[in-house]
Order: sequence, then structure tokens, then C-alpha cells
Amino acid sequence: MNITTEIVLPTYSLWMRELIRFFRQRSRMIGVIGSPILFWFFIGSGLGSSFRMSSPKGDTSYLEYFFPGTLLLIMLFTAIFSTISIIEDRKEGFLQSVLVAPISGAGIALGKIFGGTTLAVIQAIIFLAFAPLIGFQFSVLEFLSLIVLLFVIAFGLTGLGFLIAWRMESTQGFHAIMNLFLIPLWLLSGSLFPMEGAPGWLRGIMSINPLTYSVSATRLMLYHQARIEHPGFIFSVCVILSFCAIVFIGSMLSVRKKSI
Amino acid sequence: MNESIVIVSDLTHDYAERRALDNVSLAIAKNEIFGFLGPNGGGKTTMFKILSTAITPTSGRAEVCGYDVVKRSSEVRRHIGVVFQSPSLDVKLTVRENLRFHGLLHGLHGTTASQRIDDVLIHLKLVDRAHDTVEMLSGGLQRRVEIGKGLLHRPDVLILDEPSTGLDPGARRDLWDYLLQLRKETGVTVVVTSHILDEAEHCDRLVILDKGKLVAIGTPDKLKREVGGEVISIVAKDPAEARILLKRKFKLASTIVENTIRVEKNNGHQFVPKIVEAFPGKIEAISVGKPTLEDVFIHHTGHRMRNEESSGVDT
Repeated sequence: MNITTEIVLPTYSLWMRELIRFFRQRSRMIGVIGSPILFWFFIGSGLGSSFRMSSPKGDTSYLEYFFPGTLLLIMLFTAIFSTISIIEDRKEGFLQSVLVAPISGAGIALGKIFGGTTLAVIQAIIFLAFAPLIGFQFSVLEFLSLIVLLFVIAFGLTGLGFLIAWRMESTQGFHAIMNLFLIPLWLLSGSLFPMEGAPGWLRGIMSINPLTYSVSATRLMLYHQARIEHPGFIFSVCVILSFCAIVFIGSMLSVRKKSI
Repeated sequence: MNESIVIVSDLTHDYAERRALDNVSLAIAKNEIFGFLGPNGGGKTTMFKILSTAITPTSGRAEVCGYDVVKRSSEVRRHIGVVFQSPSLDVKLTVRENLRFHGLLHGLHGTTASQRIDDVLIHLKLVDRAHDTVEMLSGGLQRRVEIGKGLLHRPDVLILDEPSTGLDPGARRDLWDYLLQLRKETGVTVVVTSHILDEAEHCDRLVILDKGKLVAIGTPDKLKREVGGEVISIVAKDPAEARILLKRKFKLASTIVENTIRVEKNNGHQFVPKIVEAFPGKIEAISVGKPTLEDVFIHHTGHRMRNEESSGVDT
């Protein structure tokens, strides 16, 4: 197998296409980043006085608590919107010529997933502009490590979207999955409320939810506690990486399974 | 005859409950323009999908450029250019971007890719539209970009599914001029499916597919010669009675297609006056002509080609 022509070039091709399309449709960008910011601001402000929790920085406001969850929501939305386009690509015919090109399934999956991942990270960075307002400060190195972490998380989310969208015949079906599966996954990730206060059965669900580890790793990163010695952080990163590997392998395998 | 570049043997394909291709065998020579003619549902699009490696046949074999389309699909993909019936362009991207991204999928990058794209744009007369997004182009121009996409990586075999779909007669003529010129200049083999009879006339050889079966194969001329000298079409007040009389008086076998009596006959023109005199007042119209491909189709299948078009199911 020729890795350059079967994986690298097609990945670049599909990745670049994703970016160009996105930047030609500005409204998509506003939709994806706008609603999580509103969620964050309204829910964060509204719950502000009734929420009491301490953080390594002292007392936490809900705006502060909800921040990592909002980052995750922005990336989840971007992942959903960019993988939903797979269904449109199939309907509009673009995929048919991709599928008869001499490239590997890994190239197709990687190109599409990297595309969505890149867009998700760009939007997350835009949202990070709000971080100093609520007291999060980072050095350049810390900022870069945070970006790397967000990239890996976004890869997992987009890969999950890919895996679902590849099998779907209609965008309506994808919306149903989004409402019944993806959004609940986010709700139960520690984004909205901490796991510690939840009833036992809910804690059980949360502890097997890979998104829980994404939120906790991000949170540790924001509070400068993401150190090698921190067992919780290392464990979270391992969970995230395993999740990425599983969804990517699944995506790669499903690409060559379904015909046009 | 040149060596064969596409070889199909005992090819059969079943969809859930329907046999779309039934034991078809044929060979396509290098540098040939080869057509699959038939009504929708006849099996030509299924043939297209198998040859372009989009689907795996139920049984039988197909080889393109010496490679099995199932076992060596990635080799086949390197050697074919595929033009789908439905659009496969990204309408939000420009013509040039579409070609560039397609080139990357075929291992073309950097200056080689740019040169190839320039070549294709010049050949297809698309240079001044290169930076327009595809959604701004007319149907005819979009189809040209599709063909450009199929040709960019210089395939040995160009496979097109119903390439004139949605084109007006002028654009259709341009398309065929281009395909003929291309074959002359590059020696590419062109495999095309069509349900349009005029279009099939451009092919060096063609196969007629009906209900998944190969019913005839040959050059358009040979196929027409097989029908017999001429075709007499008769519109009679009472077709059934007229057919009996034809049989009794002239020993002529006839068929009836859409209320028109058809008789295939050598020197048919000499018969026309005899028929008219034999049935005074009973004939409303009579005509005689050299067989067309439509006659060839009727000769082999007993029905018109467009009868089945209304089904709308295209496989």
C-alpha cells in the first residue's frame, strides 16, 4: 500500500474541502458557537447564586463551573454538524466518486474526521477568549497543551459522529440520534453538574461515559492541575485516547463496508 | 481486432428480489467506444456500477485492464475514470477546487496536478469559468466538469453512465464531439450507457440489454442489417384483421407494437403498393424505412424501448 497516495493525499483533500466549505458558509459558524455561548451565559448567570462549590481557586461561580462543559458542547455541535454533511454528501453524490477512487478507507475517515476536528478546535479557541473574564489564566505552554487536549477530544467526538452518520440514510435520523444519544451523553458528562452530588445510578452512567473524562481532563487543565503525577488526569487522557482509537477504527472499517 | 481491455464473463447481479443482470458475457476492445443500450431497468447502470467497482456482482467475473474488479479493485480504480449519471461535484467549491481535490484522491499534487488541471480546463473550454463555484454553472457545463474530473488522472478506460442526462441537444452534440476527439487524441477506451437511440449511433459497437439479458451485440450497422432489409409500418383500422390478411395473402409474419403493424422484409418498398391495393380503404397510414436501432430493439425484444422508461426505476 502506498501511504502517500492512499492515505495522506486523500486525507489532505477531504480536510481542505471541509475547511473551505465551512468558511464559505459563515452562518454555520455563528450557529455552532452562538448557542453554546448563550447557554453558558444564561444558565451560568441564572444558576449563579444557587450554586455553591469550591474549586482550587476558591469558591466557584456557576459560570466558571460550566465553562469546560461549554467548550465540550461547542466541539460536540461542530462535530455533529460536520459529520451530518456525510449524509448530504452521499445524497448529493459527492461521495460516489470518492468511493471509487484508489484510496484507503482510512484516508476517507481521517480526512473527514480531521476536518471536523479542526473546525471544532477553531471554535473552541474562539470561546477561550472568554476564559480570562472568569479568571482563567494560562501561560503559552499551558495554552498549547490545552489546544492539544481539545484536539484529541474533538477527534473522538467527530469520529463518533462519523461512525453514526456513515450508516444513516437521512439527516432526520441523525437528528434523532443527536437528541436521544449525543446530547444526553453531554448532559451526563459532569458539564452541568458534578458527579459527586449525583445519585448512585447516575454516577454509574457518568463514570462509563467517555465525555466525563473529557470534561474532567479539560477542567484539570484549566486549573493548572494537569500534571503527570495526577492519577485522575492521566487516567482521563488514557480513556480519551482509547475512545479516539475505537471510533477511528470503527469509522475506517465501516467506510469500505457500505456501497454507494 | 485489438486486444480486449474489458472482459465480462457470466456476470449476474441480483438486487433484493430482482435479477438486474443475467449471465452477461462480452469483451470490449482497446480504443473502442462501446455502448450499453437499453431501457431503464434493463441492467446497464448495474453493469456500470460493477465495472466502476462501486458494487460487487452476485456471480461471474469482470476484468478491467487485466484486473478483476472485485479482487483487485484498487488497481482497477487507478485505471478508470468514472462519470456518474447523478452529479458528484461539490457545488460549493469552484471548478478548479473540484478538480484539485479530485486529483489528490488520485495521487496528483503539486505542479503535475496544476498542469493536468490546466490541460483539462483548456480541452473542455472551461478556462474562464475555473474560479466560479459549480452551482453557478449551467447543467451542460457542470457535466463537462464531471467529465474533466473523470479524465484528470488520464485513465485507460473512461466509464460514463447516461452522460447526456439533462443535456439539451446542442450540449449533447458537443459532448459526443468531445468524446470522439478524446478517443482519437488519447486512445482512451470509452464505455457508455444510454437509453437514447441517437446517442448509441456514435458507438463503434454496442450491446442491447433488456431485463438484464444481453439480447444483441455488434456495430450499429450490423445490428440493423440483422433486422432484414426494410421495416414496413402499417396503421390499419382493424390491425388484427390486417395481420391475418398479410399472413394469408403474402405469407408475411408481422408483429404489433403500440397499434402499429410491423413487417420486416427485404425490398420492402416493392411491397408497399401491393399491400395498399390488397386492403382498399383499410389502411390509414403506411411507411417503409431502413431499420433504426429502435427497430433493432423491437426485433429482439418485441417491445419498444421507451415503454419501460415510465417505470422510473433505474438500475
